[in-house]
Amino acid sequence: MTAPQPVSPPGPVSPAGGLAGAPAGTRAGFGHLLLSEWTKIRSVRSTVWALILFVVITIGFTVLVTALITANWDKGRGGGGGREAHVAIIADPAGFLMGAGVGLGQLTICVLGALLITTEYSTGVIRASLLAVPRRTPMLAAKAIVFAALILVLAEIVCFSSFFAGSAILHSRVAVSLSDPGVARAVFGTGLYLTVLGLLALAVGALIRHTAGAISTIIGVVLVLPILSGLLPGSWGAHINAYLPQQAGSLISHAHQQAGDLLSPWQGFGVLCIWTALLLAAGIYLLKRRDA
Amino acid sequence: MIEARDLTKVYSGKVAVDHLSFTVRPGRVTGFLGPNGAGKSTTMRLILGLDRPDSGVATINGKRYAELANPLRTVGALLEAKSVHGGRSAANHLLFLAQSQGLPKSRVDEVLDMVGLRDVAAKRAGTFSLGMNQRLGIAAAMLGDPQYLLLDEPVNGLDPEGVLWIRNLLKYLAGQGRTILVSSHLMNEMAVTADHLIVIGRGKLIADSATGDVIARSSEQSVRVRTPDAARLTALIEAEGGRVTLSGDSTAGAATLTVTGMPAPRIGELAASGSVVLHELSPQLASLEEAFMELTSGSLEFGEHGPGPMAAAGSTAPAPAGADSAAAADADGGNR
Repeated sequence: MTAPQPVSPPGPVSPAGGLAGAPAGTRAGFGHLLLSEWTKIRSVRSTVWALILFVVITIGFTVLVTALITANWDKGRGGGGGREAHVAIIADPAGFLMGAGVGLGQLTICVLGALLITTEYSTGVIRASLLAVPRRTPMLAAKAIVFAALILVLAEIVCFSSFFAGSAILHSRVAVSLSDPGVARAVFGTGLYLTVLGLLALAVGALIRHTAGAISTIIGVVLVLPILSGLLPGSWGAHINAYLPQQAGSLISHAHQQAGDLLSPWQGFGVLCIWTALLLAAGIYLLKRRDA
Repeated sequence: MIEARDLTKVYSGKVAVDHLSFTVRPGRVTGFLGPNGAGKSTTMRLILGLDRPDSGVATINGKRYAELANPLRTVGALLEAKSVHGGRSAANHLLFLAQSQGLPKSRVDEVLDMVGLRDVAAKRAGTFSLGMNQRLGIAAAMLGDPQYLLLDEPVNGLDPEGVLWIRNLLKYLAGQGRTILVSSHLMNEMAVTADHLIVIGRGKLIADSATGDVIARSSEQSVRVRTPDAARLTALIEAEGGRVTLSGDSTAGAATLTVTGMPAPRIGELAASGSVVLHELSPQLASLEEAFMELTSGSLEFGEHGPGPMAAAGSTAPAPAGADSAAAADADGGNR
């Protein structure tokens, strides 16, 4: 303390109780937490990039795949595989359009959902978050709600854009309109599916806490499990396959239940919702129990 | 006040905090001292509810941390581990914290001003130096204008100016009646910052008393004397029960003696009565570091039977507890 003070004396620290806003004694409302989580999401570049990628990939691939198939429609007619594909498209053109770009685009939502929570652990922000919300559950709930709202809005825009762009291209071969039976539900439902899938990824992130592990797991669930279960023999293999979260959830993108489907579109979506709710509950349970 | 009662934490079979109890009172800076691995950070994490104790309870103002409404407005904490997303700007980091507590956005600017980061508020925290990150951490701790502050190694990575700034800030805040617990493994920094010390080793309480008492109690004080007439002075001192060791060569016609068991004024009186010329008479206050080494010897990890606490501690800790003798100036990133 012998040296002259090179810095100005600390302060200004406003006197205790001098802060505006909610009084210190009453807990800040859940709305404040939503605002806080929204600030977290929007203030990191990876979120913005993942969302841009989602838009570009989903709409881009819908247009690209539809354009290629439409252009090669007559050439494919001779081959058996081409004919089968055409039969499927003619039977459910909306289902085809909703699968063309979403199949790849859904991965960006999965990655973003997992990253949202795993980066809190990898950067240490989780400690700041939990010091601010020590009861923990409201923090994860606010994060899930903000993320779901963001994805829902964006995914609906992307799904309807994909449908209109894709159906315009497909029109020369197969005509499909939003007013056809089941089509509006399929398009809107695909946005719902992407939203709940994102929450599933968020739950996996909360459970696993490590970015690489969480992303590998969620991609395994979305891409690999359906293939593996498809190899299982007999009707129990088919049942397992049908009740996998991604397989069941994506049924909602079909305009109507197909012959081989064990579940209706809404039943399938319900199965995805149950998976997601269970994993979120497990994530909250562990978040509360584990050391941060 | 902050109260820890019988806190215990075991990580995979290893006891990090061992039935630790202490009280941190308002209106003064309480230093939380211990060698690396003593359990300081763990204790703070237990108080802050980040980790769950295996036994015992920690309360702040009589409540567990998780029971506090808007905790950041009661408790400010700076953790040793990083807790900022490198891709997020300093302002946005503080903003989401402020929003979670229902604090106005203007408070973010106030604390940024306070720590001198206003100009870089929009920059991503990943571009910050260690010192700037530390200031951002202090800003986050001060966001809710809390009555309680827990700071884990706050001077780490700060330049001497920053160290002084923290020191003054802590004293200023304590002067306002706040309760402040600040951990460090830098003994000399604590000697000038803390009014009261809680010393732990291997997760156990070693000392809990005023800083001056810790120093006075745990180390014998000595006096350095330079005189051209060493033989006569030695005789005079030893006649009164003091112990003298010749600690320097006779240069310029004077020898350097180290006297223990007798205070400096009495030595001066004896010298005057015997007409012995003194060139120097200086009481040697045991440094806090020496006191600390004495207190914690035997409690250092693997240190009990080793060749010496410093050499032994070096195997587990990058900066052995005793190696930071240069104190404040040496805190300039040198210990990381």
